[in-house]
Amino acid sequence: MAVASPPRARIGRLERSALTGVLVREVVNYSSYWRASTFSSTVEPTIYLLAFGFGFGSLVSEVAGYDYVEFVGTGTVATAVLFSSAFPAMFGTFVKYQFQRTYDAILAAPVDTEELVTAEALWMAMRAGVYGCAPLLVAIAFGLDPSWGMLAVPGVAFVSGFGWACFGVAVAGFVNSIDNFSYIVSAVLTPLFLVAGTFFPLSQLPEWAQIAGEFNPLHHCVELVRHAAFGFEGWTDVLRLGALVVFGLGMWRLAIYAMTRKLVD
Amino acid sequence: MTDLAIRLRGVVKRYGAITAVDGLDLDVPYGTCVGLLGPNGAGKTTTMRMLTAQAIADEGELEVLGFRLPEESKQARAQLGVTPQLDNLDVTLTVEQNLLVFAHLYRIGRADRRAAIERALEMANLGDRRDSRVDKLSGGMRRRLLIARALVHRPRLVLLDEPTVGLDPQVRQELWALIDALRTEGTTILMSTHYIEEAQRLADSVLIMSHGSVVAAGAPADLVAQHAGKDAVEVYGSPPRLAEVESTARAAGFRTRRTGTSVSVLGVEGADGRAPEGERRPANLEDVFVLLTGEEIA
Repeated sequence: MAVASPPRARIGRLERSALTGVLVREVVNYSSYWRASTFSSTVEPTIYLLAFGFGFGSLVSEVAGYDYVEFVGTGTVATAVLFSSAFPAMFGTFVKYQFQRTYDAILAAPVDTEELVTAEALWMAMRAGVYGCAPLLVAIAFGLDPSWGMLAVPGVAFVSGFGWACFGVAVAGFVNSIDNFSYIVSAVLTPLFLVAGTFFPLSQLPEWAQIAGEFNPLHHCVELVRHAAFGFEGWTDVLRLGALVVFGLGMWRLAIYAMTRKLVD
Repeated sequence: MTDLAIRLRGVVKRYGAITAVDGLDLDVPYGTCVGLLGPNGAGKTTTMRMLTAQAIADEGELEVLGFRLPEESKQARAQLGVTPQLDNLDVTLTVEQNLLVFAHLYRIGRADRRAAIERALEMANLGDRRDSRVDKLSGGMRRRLLIARALVHRPRLVLLDEPTVGLDPQVRQELWALIDALRTEGTTILMSTHYIEEAQRLADSVLIMSHGSVVAAGAPADLVAQHAGKDAVEVYGSPPRLAEVESTARAAGFRTRRTGTSVSVLGVEGADGRAPEGERRPANLEDVFVLLTGEEIA
């Protein structure tokens, strides 16, 4: 049976239909686990907010010119972003390629690794954009004054969440065992989480730690959210946003590299 | 114009010091079902993965549906369906949701999506289980769903990697009927299997692989006639007796193979009394398989 050669139309990179296909899979799956995911991503940062805000808040009334509950309430947005992006990206990605073999199925369809990683990270960034607002809403319930600038918070959380989701995907792509995540959580995420200006201002730390803190993407997220609530600081915030974009782009390429190594022999 | 859905020439794939596929040539004409037969580790799954560019060949030329791999693999993947050896369904989703997801991944337009899902459900006979979660399905139903998922976009070529592995005989027969229906419709199929009966029943032609290379190729009946003759004699007995039968038969110019409990002496038609006493039976593809791939597991 002779069959005509197919048209040579080139299928491009990062096609919308491929990204949509992967996103649809995530959205349909989300319907089966949204309760657990929403619970862990919002309740945990909220507990931090309540514990630190009212615990330390009873000892320290004001920090860096802000009421302590308001200081922590804006800071824990970054914690929610981290918890709803980096952690699910690490564990979810590992489970999907190692145990569920989901990515084998997707890559047998007209989807490339670059599109797969991008769509997965976009989905987690969207969730981070939404979940990141939870601590802010709790803080508002406890007295934080709403402001127009807060409308930028989902956007900041999305950009930051994209970077952290890509970070998580990259880590999952490099490790050989799920146990190795312990090293990343203990040696990377916990220090970054604590030295982000969430619970205390970096200005309280030694100078070298303050300088190091400027390389912590979580710190830029904390500062941007805080400024969104209390007033932006012009070019400083533009630079902070730029840092988050650079972090996101760098992690995105690293995640694609790591997953290509993992998924394509 | 080409009449080949798959064309591989001199394909080599190495994993460190191990050569999984070693100079493979493979032709799959449109409208045929070709079986890749071989023991575990023969290179069948690696070959399948190279056809979807999930493994990249170190050497050789690969063309699928007229597209060069790996450069144009995405175009090829849009027109082929894959049933993997290991179940990778979304187990917390329903049957219909699994098909919906892949209708999107295979870029079926909104207007055609519903009809495509219904057709796949009907083909796999899963219409009455459309709302069942996958983790509530039997092993056979999950396999049928995997095949339905690969067919949802009406692919021109279907890759079936060990489609019935681990299933009981009744379920296997059910799947054979499904694959046979596909073949009858004219879908091109490349199927890897280590079940000889499966290849014999379904494949128009078979490639027997061993250690990454093709050691024989042709229609199942031709391969049997060429390598094992028409008839075989099965001789049972104690291990020393089997060794003796084997030695005598070989000395008389017959080919033999062990079955575990017996020795098969092959090509005994027209032996004029030189063949040993035993149960006479037609030679089959399993005889060829064991003869060509070796009696011991590597």
